[in-house]
Amino acid sequence: MIPSQVAYRKPDNINDALQLVNDLADDCKILAGGHSLIPVMRLRLNDPENLIDITGIAELKVIRDNENSITIGACATHAEISRNEAIQQNAPMISKAAGMIGDIQVRNFGTIGGSIAHADPAADWPAVLLAANASIVIKNASGQREVDIDQFFKGLFTTACDDGDIITAIRIPKTAFNKNSTYVKFVQPASRFALVGCAVALDKNSEIRVAFNGVSATPFRDNGIEKSLMNGDDAATATANTADGVSVMSDHFAKSNYRKHLAGVYARKALSELM
Amino acid sequence: MTLIGTSVKRVEDKRFLTGKGQYTDDIKIPGMTYAYFIRSPHAHANIKSIDISTASSEPGVVEIITGKDVAEVNGVPAGWQVDFINGETMKEPKHPLLVPDTVKHVGDAVAMVIAESYGAAKDAAEKVFIDYEVLPAVVSPSDALKEGAPLVHADCPSNLCFDWQLGNEKADVDKAIEDSHHVTKLEFINQRVVPNAMEPRSAIGHYEEHNGKYTLYTSTQNPHLIRLLMCAFVLGIPEHKVRVVAPDVGGGFGSKIFHYTEEAMVIWASQRINRPIKWTAERSESFLTDAHGRDHVTKAELGLDKDGNFTALRVNTQANLGAYISTFAPAVPTYLHGTLLQGLYTTPLIHIHVDAMFTHTNAVDAYRGAGRPEATYLLERLVDTAALEMNIDPAELRLKNFIDPFDGVEQPGYQTQVALQYDSGNYQPVLKKALGMVGYEQFRKDQEAAKSSGKLLGIGFSTYIEACGIAPSAVVGALGARAGLFESAQVRVQPTGKVSVYSGSHSHGQGHETTFAQIVADRFGIPLEDVEIVHGDSEAVAFGMGTYGSRSLAVGGSAIVKSMDKVIEKGTKIAAHLLEANPDDLEFAGGKWTVKGTDKSVAFGDVSLTAYVPHNYPEGLEPGLDFSSFYDPTNFTYPFGCHIAIVEIDKETGKVTMKRFIAVDDVGNVINPMIVDGQIHGGLAQGIGQALLEGAIYSDDGQLINGTYMDYVMPRADDFPMFEIDRTVTPCPHNPLGVKGAGEAGCIGSTPAVVNAVMDALKDYGIHDVEMPVTSEKVWNILNQ
Repeated sequence: MIPSQVAYRKPDNINDALQLVNDLADDCKILAGGHSLIPVMRLRLNDPENLIDITGIAELKVIRDNENSITIGACATHAEISRNEAIQQNAPMISKAAGMIGDIQVRNFGTIGGSIAHADPAADWPAVLLAANASIVIKNASGQREVDIDQFFKGLFTTACDDGDIITAIRIPKTAFNKNSTYVKFVQPASRFALVGCAVALDKNSEIRVAFNGVSATPFRDNGIEKSLMNGDDAATATANTADGVSVMSDHFAKSNYRKHLAGVYARKALSELM
Repeated sequence: MTLIGTSVKRVEDKRFLTGKGQYTDDIKIPGMTYAYFIRSPHAHANIKSIDISTASSEPGVVEIITGKDVAEVNGVPAGWQVDFINGETMKEPKHPLLVPDTVKHVGDAVAMVIAESYGAAKDAAEKVFIDYEVLPAVVSPSDALKEGAPLVHADCPSNLCFDWQLGNEKADVDKAIEDSHHVTKLEFINQRVVPNAMEPRSAIGHYEEHNGKYTLYTSTQNPHLIRLLMCAFVLGIPEHKVRVVAPDVGGGFGSKIFHYTEEAMVIWASQRINRPIKWTAERSESFLTDAHGRDHVTKAELGLDKDGNFTALRVNTQANLGAYISTFAPAVPTYLHGTLLQGLYTTPLIHIHVDAMFTHTNAVDAYRGAGRPEATYLLERLVDTAALEMNIDPAELRLKNFIDPFDGVEQPGYQTQVALQYDSGNYQPVLKKALGMVGYEQFRKDQEAAKSSGKLLGIGFSTYIEACGIAPSAVVGALGARAGLFESAQVRVQPTGKVSVYSGSHSHGQGHETTFAQIVADRFGIPLEDVEIVHGDSEAVAFGMGTYGSRSLAVGGSAIVKSMDKVIEKGTKIAAHLLEANPDDLEFAGGKWTVKGTDKSVAFGDVSLTAYVPHNYPEGLEPGLDFSSFYDPTNFTYPFGCHIAIVEIDKETGKVTMKRFIAVDDVGNVINPMIVDGQIHGGLAQGIGQALLEGAIYSDDGQLINGTYMDYVMPRADDFPMFEIDRTVTPCPHNPLGVKGAGEAGCIGSTPAVVNAVMDALKDYGIHDVEMPVTSEKVWNILNQ
């Protein structure tokens, strides 16, 4: 389990990091905790020539409680997120999901930015951030942009990030629906990733957001459930056709029909906590 | 002072828990090189060419060896021979150290890259270019026997390695089944599992030119047997020129019994390059190449009369050996499986037929329990299924068919229909004790009540027997073993009264350094700290057969007792001389020899010092206090027990949750209850793991689909409830400690109890069986079919 030789750099400010990422273009990978990247490097499934470790950049670790939002630095660890009081009060599903990722070691080292950049469809963050209506702050050498979460996950291990981009923060709006939110998952028994994960953020007077990970190659919101609930249907009715029209994954733990069924079960579990 | 029967804390744990263990991979030798094995990515393919020219000139590369280089070297041998029913010898195709021509499973070693660092070896390996012609593969046992199936070995037509039978006349069994009032039939797969020892296999070969000696450090359960097999069968190196050391070993579960090709390769190549070579498996290699366990396809039928008495048992098993015969593979589906089919029952007629075949998969061999879990699974699944079908309570059905108690002293051992003679047994108490613990009547009420709340509760039983402490050499020799199965022990009393014990048993987690020390300290009346247990080094220990089959205490412990007897006998002569008394007038207790009826005594330490400073010494007696013994038991030992599982099924998801697990085991006398409990706990985790979680999945083209911890489900603590365990004690009548062995009991008894519990929970759904591992999806499919 020895990876190929790799040049390791650890800049201490974002501008240096952006410069390095820009100069090295497609010959580098950004290291932000490494709980996804290091295993694939050790298996030699990924052989970057350069690693840019961004966890030494202080500003990327900050969780900031703003007036209308909370910004989570991309290098905040899952553990730091799970115990942040502002997040607990304003978006409990985010605290809950953070506490359900991996084990203690993973939570103390893995970061939210690293996780979403990897875009594993079975990871816990995607559904939660979709339900939260988060936005992703991305910087590159030519500036900064903020991508709406609905536009961020593009497919299996694919996001809206390009070469030269670094995710710097995740912005969570302070909304009524995020105050009343939860995340539940049926774990894949080996990896303990989500075989099905469902995040729900619910305010009947404004917005209801229901999102899944683990179910398909791209995490998604189920608009059918959201609309049905906004129309006043009960949970059973609203979830009767969960994940309809979605290409549901199939593996030796759950074929697509069973996974689809579980998605409905877990949507109801989540809703029962909130309604 | 008595240490036997007390939960002395394990003396080895401090070094393990503080990271101070010394495993093979921790050993560094000056000038050491590192090996990486290039393995086949295909299950079946011809090697058209191997180009090592680029790789050979990569930085740090010392040598690259391919199959052609070792074509003249023997392959690794089978350690057990099973003959066909018609008397022909089993097919034993060569298992080459490196494959020169046709690879036979994914992971088959094709080339060995040796370099100055492991990273360099691995980098260079990426520049070895191998051209494969991929051929069709066969993976499942039944497919392997089909007409026209791809052949694993050209010299083994039909892929059949051997067939085998045991028991009563087949015709008599057939007739009894036909005449039975009721026949319970099951067809199922006892799935393949991956052993997953925490420490991956590792080996260092060290040839020293100055004296022509070789040292093999290897992560093995039996260093002496590795030396014997490697020297005598593979490399032809004189045995006295080879030292094999098994230092701390991080678990084995059977998978480290066997002689692997990598061990012979590091020794062979070390002589070639005249430098030490270390190889340590990556976890992915462990998945692909540590011999797997189980993998039986079985059809079993149990005949019963109208009152529920068992009348006959008929079994047909297909045993997947994988691509090559691993060391003890032929014994597992035969003499460790067919011989257990009597179970705890009086079934008068039994017949088993086994076909063992090659497939394009990794080798299958002994894995915790080795054959006995498979036998117990089929038998105990049959009994619970018969109970359900005949509407008899499963506990009642067992009590009705149990063999009566026998102690092996006053009453003779119980002669089974399948060769073995049980040593001692008293079966009703384990079941009754377990029923008491579970609160059986209350459970049945709870089960009814739960139905209305959307939960399904189920209870499953397993009353098992196993054969441990293998065994009398003459018996196993007659059955095909190519090695003896005795054990040796040397007890060296040092001049100061400290004691070194050299045991041929090998600890890789079992706690020998504690349990054996308890026996010695107790017998000699000295502090535990004054006893050192040495094992795992062929230059320190005279000989040994290693540790597997729950044999260490029953066989290795008995050898220690024999040597201690000799120490005390000689010590008595020395003490008598010092006390100026007749040896017959002395008694040894509490660490001193006393003249009976007086207060005249001499201490153990004084006698040992006298033995080495023999100034005032019995005439004609040799100095020294140091004795070796070889102990060859007269029979196997037969632990037994009752396991009861209670599961809850969530109807919405199909998820099975273990609610309770009760295990009442009888392992004979117990030296260290805490260690025995630990062995039972670990065994239960593995047995329940097979029932609910584990299972190797090969694709039709022979790829191991779940060869990582991301996909292969290892049981974890939070998968289990707190185990409720207890014991009865029926001493073994034929060894001096009265012990039977505890290493495998948990794994043997638990698996069918869990599946029986699932079936009990699902009894209203009209199904006969559910395939292991019982995943949520499988149960949900049953609930919704």
